Amino acid sequence: MVTLKELSTQELFGPGHRMCTGCGPAAMARITMKALQKPAIVVNATGCLEVASTIYPDTAWKVPWVHTLFENTAAVASGIEASLRKEGKADAVDIVAFGGDGGTFDIGIQALSGALERKHDFTYICYDNEAYMNTGIQRSGATPYGAATTTTPAGSKIAGKTDAKKDLIGVCVAHGVEFAATASVAFWNDYITKVRRAAAVKGPAVIHVLAPCPLGWRFDTSQTIKLAKLAVQTRYFPLYEVENGNYKLSMKVPNPTPLEEFLKPQGRFRHLFAPEFVKNLEELKRQVESNWNRVARLCGEIPVPASSSPSQPAN
Amino acid sequence: MNGDEAVAFAAKQAQVDVVAAYPITPQTIIVERFSDYVANGEVDTQYVCVESEHSALSACVGSSIAGSRVFTATSSQGLALMHEVLYLASGLRTPIVMAVANRALSAPINIHNDHSDMMGSRDCGWIQIYAENAQESYDWTLQAFRIAEDHKVSLPVTVNLDGFTISHAMEGVSVLEEDEVTRFLGKRTPMYKLDIAKPMTFGALTLPDYYSEFKQQQVEAMKNAPPIITSVANEFNRISGRQYSNLSGFNTSDADAAVVCMGSVAGTARTVATKLRKQGKRVGVLKLWQYRPFPTQEVARALSKIKSVGVIDRAVSFGAPYGALGSDIASTKVLTGIQTKIFNVICGLGGRDIKPADIEGIFERALRHAEGAPIDDPLTLLGVRP
Repeated sequence: MVTLKELSTQELFGPGHRMCTGCGPAAMARITMKALQKPAIVVNATGCLEVASTIYPDTAWKVPWVHTLFENTAAVASGIEASLRKEGKADAVDIVAFGGDGGTFDIGIQALSGALERKHDFTYICYDNEAYMNTGIQRSGATPYGAATTTTPAGSKIAGKTDAKKDLIGVCVAHGVEFAATASVAFWNDYITKVRRAAAVKGPAVIHVLAPCPLGWRFDTSQTIKLAKLAVQTRYFPLYEVENGNYKLSMKVPNPTPLEEFLKPQGRFRHLFAPEFVKNLEELKRQVESNWNRVARLCGEIPVPASSSPSQPAN
Repeated sequence: MNGDEAVAFAAKQAQVDVVAAYPITPQTIIVERFSDYVANGEVDTQYVCVESEHSALSACVGSSIAGSRVFTATSSQGLALMHEVLYLASGLRTPIVMAVANRALSAPINIHNDHSDMMGSRDCGWIQIYAENAQESYDWTLQAFRIAEDHKVSLPVTVNLDGFTISHAMEGVSVLEEDEVTRFLGKRTPMYKLDIAKPMTFGALTLPDYYSEFKQQQVEAMKNAPPIITSVANEFNRISGRQYSNLSGFNTSDADAAVVCMGSVAGTARTVATKLRKQGKRVGVLKLWQYRPFPTQEVARALSKIKSVGVIDRAVSFGAPYGALGSDIASTKVLTGIQTKIFNVICGLGGRDIKPADIEGIFERALRHAEGAPIDDPLTLLGVRP
């Protein structure tokens, strides 16, 4: 793992952006640019990172950077990669595509699927703050069960989102990508190692990095990294990597912190602690446990039960 | 070869760096032929077989910003799916060349020719050329690269060819030698590109304080285009012996009445006009190659002495006073003060045949208006069963 001393002091992202205080995605972008070891070209989907980093005539990027639309980032990256290949420069440059969870899990999944299938040489990084934060905290396919958003509000009858989070890595692994991994902005050296591994892949690689949003999750801006850490320590967001189909836990969590410690500081889960929604809290806990067990099984950490679902990828 | 093959051959001779495309009838032959060139090693092109037209044009935008010469092709629903990317390509000033084998839009689904696909996107900031046959499709595809990549223009260009009528119809096409094309086109020299040696930001968020200035620059680029198109055409005419310009008049200089049209119907119109001339009727045909930017002054000059014109549109502009071309001709009249009487005929929708008798009817009507009959029906859908 990389140490602080080994990190580049060069800032290729910022200063000059207008991301919020305590913004998880801003930290993600900064660390990503420090992780990359070759000159990079950045393709950025519409979203917080894009709108707050390039307000004309300013830009926070010291690398070639392009934003086009919300859902086509992987396709634009495909085109850039094709050009570099034509010029014989593909190996000299890292193409990095950033998309938020909305731009990746939902509206951009078709373009991502196509680019993964065509094996373009680029790294796709989904920075996941678990809702459409740029447009005002609407639910996405990455929003967890029970979370309140402006389109899944905590009402008197319905307690936030009723559907579970999509398995993005599973979708990417199904495309046969050589490397896919989850990460958290709190564990920056794990993240950097994964970014470097992803960039080294000849072909597409995907990183799904949890990047808390103080505004959307409704927590104090000083707590971003703490929450990103708790998400892992409570088994809410397992850190793992998949290399050529082989799952491996990046961080074992033998004694998980109670999930409540992750949920309670966040306004989006506050309603789950009201007596009438106790069942919803239990359901979220059940989903978190079930997801952890699924990942742990895929990683060979716990035995696969004889009656395991055939729909899950074989380990 | 057919129109699609002629376009694919032009793209091959243009030595495009990147093609990103998705199949759709009646454009498909273009990407199929180009795939053959790739498979047989006849081109040094990166061919990206994308999963949708949206991604096709998105990948083209990426490649174009990276500095490549880029080509793609589509039709109908594919063009409609590209809609937001069309504006992106023009707004980012990417000189992409795209062939559009024009086809009707759903619903109801119909794979045959009319212009409703391109007309639905006519304000997208692309230069739009309409070809009459396979020869023109080939010729304009080559010229389109020069026009698009000219630094004074730097806009994407569509070359429109009528689905099936041109795209699938075989005809003799006279092609240039490879080295002639290479000399004519040269290599693309992008003004700006994604370059690790010179990092730049493309596609920044632009708020009310600058957005209008960006749009004004696109307006200026469109204004710069007509003389560039003319000079490119002049040079092309020298090497090819053909006669391209913004538009083409046939017997219009002394005509009392004329048909104004674009695309393959122009051939039928000229045949009918020739027949009527033999009967002593002073009729002509004005065919536009260049639809966007609209050659207002050239159209006015061509129509200035003509008393009445029937304007043929191949698409319905629902709820509008005229069809698309009809509106532009009417605007030309208002802006330039020409006295030509205008009526607008919409025909050939969803591939319905436009017969010589239909055109003859339009000429006869135009002649009646030229002689003073009032226009009581300014917009007609021709040949529709009650």
